[in-house]
Amino acid sequence: MLFPQPNAKGRFGIYGGRYVPETLIPALDELSEAYQTIGRSPDFLAEYHHYLKTYVGRPSLLYYAENLTRYCGGAKIYLKREDLNHTGAHKINNAIGQALLAKRMGKKRFIAETGAGQHGVASATAAALFGLHCTVYMGEEDVRRQALNVYRMKLLGATVSPVTSGTRTLKDATNEAIRDWVTHVRDTFYIIGSVIGPHPYPMMTRDFQSVIGFETMEQLELAEGRKVPDVVVACVGGGSNAIGIFAPFAYLPDAERPKLIGVEAAGHGLQSGAHSASISAGKRGVLHGSLMYLMSDDDGQISPAHSVSAGLDYPGVGPEHSYFADAGLANYVSVADEGALIGFKKLSEIEGIIPALESSHAIYHTLELAPTMAKDQVIVVNLSGRGDKDVTEAMRVMNLMEADNGKN
Amino acid sequence: MGRINEAFSSAKAENRAAFIAYLTAGFPNETTFANHALDILEVADILEIGLPYSDPLGDGPTIQKSSEQVLAQGMTTAKTFELIAELRKKTDKALLVMTYYNPIYCHKDGEAGFLKRLKEAGADGVILPDLPPDQADTLIPLARELKVDTVFLVAPTSTDARLKLVTEACRGFIYAVSVTGVTGARTALPQDVPDLVRRTKAFSTLPVAVGFGVSGFDTAKPIAEVADGVVVGSALIKTIAEGEDLKALSSEIARACQR
Ligand SMILES: Cc1ncc(COP(=O)(O)O)c(C=O)c1O
Repeated sequence: MLFPQPNAKGRFGIYGGRYVPETLIPALDELSEAYQTIGRSPDFLAEYHHYLKTYVGRPSLLYYAENLTRYCGGAKIYLKREDLNHTGAHKINNAIGQALLAKRMGKKRFIAETGAGQHGVASATAAALFGLHCTVYMGEEDVRRQALNVYRMKLLGATVSPVTSGTRTLKDATNEAIRDWVTHVRDTFYIIGSVIGPHPYPMMTRDFQSVIGFETMEQLELAEGRKVPDVVVACVGGGSNAIGIFAPFAYLPDAERPKLIGVEAAGHGLQSGAHSASISAGKRGVLHGSLMYLMSDDDGQISPAHSVSAGLDYPGVGPEHSYFADAGLANYVSVADEGALIGFKKLSEIEGIIPALESSHAIYHTLELAPTMAKDQVIVVNLSGRGDKDVTEAMRVMNLMEADNGKN
Repeated sequence: MGRINEAFSSAKAENRAAFIAYLTAGFPNETTFANHALDILEVADILEIGLPYSDPLGDGPTIQKSSEQVLAQGMTTAKTFELIAELRKKTDKALLVMTYYNPIYCHKDGEAGFLKRLKEAGADGVILPDLPPDQADTLIPLARELKVDTVFLVAPTSTDARLKLVTEACRGFIYAVSVTGVTGARTALPQDVPDLVRRTKAFSTLPVAVGFGVSGFDTAKPIAEVADGVVVGSALIKTIAEGEDLKALSSEIARACQR
């Protein structure tokens, strides 16, 4: 085991588990077994790291953002450049890992859910690379918001299946992917894109993404002479990029652990009800196979989430983050749509890097935090993805906001 | 003996399979729901009442849409229990609640409060398609205490170890899922249904009912030959949604249940 959590039953503290139809339980047992035997074998890991190096382009850079540091006038800011990975986000680290495992398990077909389309693109890419077909479920609202990624997935040979049920976003795409999986469980591998879902998915996705944090340690040692920064900041949707950079730090002894800050999407504001801040403003419940913090009403009906960024527009958060929050191993804050758009613009202007709207939430929090810290302190921000996919939507929303401001 | 056990015993005594009907609570509206329920119970032995959930990942489009509709019309957990309490005044047949785990987990008085209200309303059991028994450590003892039957599901993919674990946690009956898939009417069912029933019965003396995909006489009949009960849901909901003859369909299923 790479990390001390989860336990053998797939629980991170009380969170996690396997709340899925019985039909899937044998498939999850098979997957757990395959992951323990094949997925942790030296031979598999060598092949996985080979693809990370030669195909994904890892290690991703740890970039000292000097301009941004000067602009904020406080702590030194480093950006972990997951945006420079092939396909433009951290999602590929996990998609390649799961797809390789699926191939070794002899699975014939991939399915995936996607919000922003980054995980869909990553899965479609892995499918093309390994010669399998992939069907990607995507909410109709996200198909509209992330048109560029829809085209990329199709170009990669995937089938994009628009989902029209419920809120037509990531939550419903995940429901539909699970329904497909229940139906075709015997030959299909479900590549889940975040640290959510039934055990062993949150653990497996975390392990594959933890390359981000382990690299950060090595790179920071070279740059600063110390492995551990003072603060690590990452945006949190389902929580995979955040877990990827947090996990190697989170289980360090208390005295060595940096401050880990997960930034949730506050959408139109936590009071508005239109947000995606499951930890900051949610409660415990069960969604997509695990017990976690989520947003639901008094009857346990899942509340619609909102965020300007499709990848954070999800009403739950992975079980390990839920555990970190309760155990005080990480802190969770939230940034609203407007803040994210400011982060999006500022990083573009100041550093010449257009961040994904998801990552822009982490950037905005850093803009606020860095000035309050000392100059010899270090913040590492996980820049989970690049913003090309968001340019049209960001323009549309910024124009709307300007029009609104004009009226006032 | 509980109502569910009695329903299966009498069906067996009459040499037929029990007919278990599913209706979404308050669909298409509260009054019509109650009338449909009573009409169906003229010929059915057991009624499953679906407490609607926003994210029913075990359900196909028919039941999804009915759930979305009733939620939009204001159906709640409390109202579902009221509908059950009203039905209980008019029928002595077995009633079960079918729902997902989150509405139970999030109930304001916890799992215990949910089950207590379910029992007070007059329901006899629960079916929870996303709660395998090994995730139900807290729910099972509460259900036993309140004498609420727990119906868990076995599937075509279930291994012998799973069959043993699931059947041991069942009370009332065992729900065997006919297909790998979600709920929804189908024109034909897989060949391996009798095999699943036989494998399940090797682990338990409880009645085994088969559901998912039953759409009429032709799909119900072969199940009635091998199982103790036939569950029909989506086909009934579809008939209601399309304004077709519900009594005709229920009688057809009841006929198919005769051996
Ligand atoms: C660039 C980027 N960052 C973050 C996320 C959010 O997911 P997670 O919280 O799992 O990292 C997404 C999801 O689509 C994404 O594309």
